[in-house]
Amino acid sequence: MSGAARLLLVWAALMALLALTVGAAFLPIGMAKPWVAYAIATAKAMLILWFFMEMRRENGLARLAAIAGFVWLAILIMLTATDYLTRRWIM
Amino acid sequence: MAEGGVQEPFARAARQREAERLGMLIFLASEVMLFGGIFAAALTLRLEHPAGYVDAAHHLKLWLGTANTGVLLTSSLCAALAVQAARNGQARWAACALWGAVALGTVFLAIKGAEYAGEYREGLMPGMATTHFEGRTQQLFMNLYFIGTGLHAVHVTFGLALLAAAALNRSARQDRHAMLIGNVALYWHLVDVIWVFLYPTLYLAGVR
Repeated sequence: MSGAARLLLVWAALMALLALTVGAAFLPIGMAKPWVAYAIATAKAMLILWFFMEMRRENGLARLAAIAGFVWLAILIMLTATDYLTRRWIM
Repeated sequence: MAEGGVQEPFARAARQREAERLGMLIFLASEVMLFGGIFAAALTLRLEHPAGYVDAAHHLKLWLGTANTGVLLTSSLCAALAVQAARNGQARWAACALWGAVALGTVFLAIKGAEYAGEYREGLMPGMATTHFEGRTQQLFMNLYFIGTGLHAVHVTFGLALLAAAALNRSARQDRHAMLIGNVALYWHLVDVIWVFLYPTLYLAGVR
């Protein structure tokens, strides 16, 4: 596949995911809503990182640098959630 | 000019490209952490006031946010195509794609500005004479919304300047390693990734 065709295909997939996430927001799925929304956002981000940011052709060092910020962010989010989700348990 | 753009202390363009790419990615990781604080604050607000958060987010214009997501994703496609064109030696195509990305980025800012104007009219912009919030949670949410999207808009503005500078730079367009265009595109894609997460955090959260 030529490079431009691949990029166009990735763009089409991103647009489909955008339509999917809007549709899912109107479904009566209650508590699952934010999980679905963030799962789709993560899928979009991975497509952008892998194809648009060309992580698929980079070496391990560059991939590590690209993912490092997200790993630390995951720690920040997890520890914050651990705090606020468990506060009521002891009060 | 295959090896023409090589600068000290690099002997080969491929080596310089690798080093520049790594530096850019580390800078982008620091940007992820910068916005990370805003996402952590949003998480805290949502966990503490789940219903109030949804009510506050409901006041945002979902369809303008959705349109802006599409505009920015398409703009990213243009930046990716520009890198590819430069690498294939199609300097004119690279410039066209870069200007396409600039045009779409400008559309994004215009839609964002229209949204801000609407929020000002509705009294949802913090710190204005006409501001009136339904409660503390909405006030905190709108503060977060303006800090998050405002900081993002600043990044979009910088990105537009970088894209335009790359489009005007003849040696960047003709560089078959696409060093400058590649790094500018990386920055632009990260601005896109941040918006991809701001969108469910602020807009989709408001769908009841």
